[in-house]
Amino acid sequence: MRPDRAIAAKSNPLPGLGLTLGFTILYLSVIVLIPIAALTIKALGLSWSQLWHLATNARALAAYELSLGAAFAAALLNAGFGSLLAWVLVRYRFPGRRLLDGLIDFPFALPTAVAGLTLADLFSDHGWLGRLLAPMGIHGAYSRLGVVLALTFVGLPFSVRTLQPLLENLDKGVEEAAAILGAGRLRTFLSVIVPTLLPTVLTGFGLAFARGLGEYGSIVFISGNLPFKTEIAPTLVVVRLDNFDYSGAIGVALVLMIFSFALLFTLNWLQGWSLKFQRP
Amino acid sequence: MKLPRSTSMPGRATRSSTQESPLVKWLLIGVAGLFAAVFLLLPLINVFVQAFSSGLGEYWDTLKDKDTVSAIRLTLLVAAISVPLNVVFGVAAAWAIAKFEFRGKAVLLTFIDLPFSVSPVVAGLMFVLLCGANGLMGPWLQAHHLKIIYATPGIVLATIFVTFPFVARELIPIMEDQGREQEEAALTLGASGWQTFWHVSLPSVKWGLFYGIILCNARAMGEFGAVSMVSKKVAGYSDTLPLLVEKLYNGFSHPAAPFAVATLLAMLALVTLGLKTFLEWKSQREEG
Repeated sequence: MRPDRAIAAKSNPLPGLGLTLGFTILYLSVIVLIPIAALTIKALGLSWSQLWHLATNARALAAYELSLGAAFAAALLNAGFGSLLAWVLVRYRFPGRRLLDGLIDFPFALPTAVAGLTLADLFSDHGWLGRLLAPMGIHGAYSRLGVVLALTFVGLPFSVRTLQPLLENLDKGVEEAAAILGAGRLRTFLSVIVPTLLPTVLTGFGLAFARGLGEYGSIVFISGNLPFKTEIAPTLVVVRLDNFDYSGAIGVALVLMIFSFALLFTLNWLQGWSLKFQRP
Repeated sequence: MKLPRSTSMPGRATRSSTQESPLVKWLLIGVAGLFAAVFLLLPLINVFVQAFSSGLGEYWDTLKDKDTVSAIRLTLLVAAISVPLNVVFGVAAAWAIAKFEFRGKAVLLTFIDLPFSVSPVVAGLMFVLLCGANGLMGPWLQAHHLKIIYATPGIVLATIFVTFPFVARELIPIMEDQGREQEEAALTLGASGWQTFWHVSLPSVKWGLFYGIILCNARAMGEFGAVSMVSKKVAGYSDTLPLLVEKLYNGFSHPAAPFAVATLLAMLALVTLGLKTFLEWKSQREEG
């Protein structure tokens, strides 16, 4: 026996690696890897030109455009207001703070179908908020704006919860140093605090964007689902499957999956980068 | 005597420039509060107001309708199967990943996270392509009279997929933090592997485990996209609560009906948030 192996075995007397790792890999394969392989195999069964046409016809392109655009707009809204919420929750004491803090996770806990249902009603022309917007010609439900609103709801916790721990651990000494050196509060905020937060805000943005790209449950209620107008890419997958157009569904699903894997990759890299920022 | 400005009270000068003025502070709180009211509080209140908009009788009639009762039953059944399976997986994965070193660990962690980044709709489609009539395993399943897609097993599989990472993700960092010393001590004192696991490892991660379970359960009961791809959507037979909400919304039922069913899911969300807050408080208190 090689000596380093003997040491490795001796230093970890815990049992069960074979059993737990074996079960983990088996379960992972059955639930995740084999289904992903099924989609890939079915996609490979189509010819390239067929697949290209299914994935990039005009209706599909319009759907990607709305999905990407709305997810981007919602993630941007959340990067702004979510960061503000995180700041307010960490830095200030005010009545109702704990309630507000608890409420941030509400979109995580509420089934998306209910979110879509209530937002569609709230922003429809006779709803509590839609009634205020309708005279201005703004329609929050059954419109592209509705898609952005629903994705903002769904993505909000990502922005707030990503930034909050960083703000709590932020070294106030740096701010004091800036102040003593004569920087005003706004200058301190812009040139000392913002650069420290930026990588983490970007990570939260990416998480909210990724979530928005795949979201379906809430959108189906609020968007109206009109092809070329308010139809998002996941909805198109559902519509095509409902019409037994398997190849069509596969084409769009494949593009969606490539988007999400590219995002996952970028986010992993981004998180590594922002960790480097936090621990110099 | 008037002190020259530049030397006056350095302490106060520092405080005033490491804090925003009260006006700015309350303005920020106001804007954040308004945003939260529009996007978090109003949607929640609206569910209940709309549900009761045509009276308590109508509300109660919707809830005791046989389709609603059947949807409640199916939702509970699906969660009762998928959550325990994901708990067993989560504990096994956390044990292997947190307590041992092996090659390919980073890849395994990425794979465990994968279901979070796949659109639920795409997840549902994957199971249709695998187990459906035209799927890869379709002919084999049909030959053995096994029905998965457009039946309860399909709903369970799709739900397991979307809730797959919750428990594992919650447990892995906690178990990693705790290291192996306690387990090693128990083994040295003559405890068996199982005894060590049940009496040493599991109790020390119990709050994290509960936390993972309630998040997993909330998502399992509320999943819509993946489940809608694999359910036949026959009322009174294959509708979960979220699917029933959609059916009532699109159907010719009373406008308050989908909201009445939605209150059940909103209450699930509120209970989940309550338990989550309680568990955070509890684990913080135990840490000291």
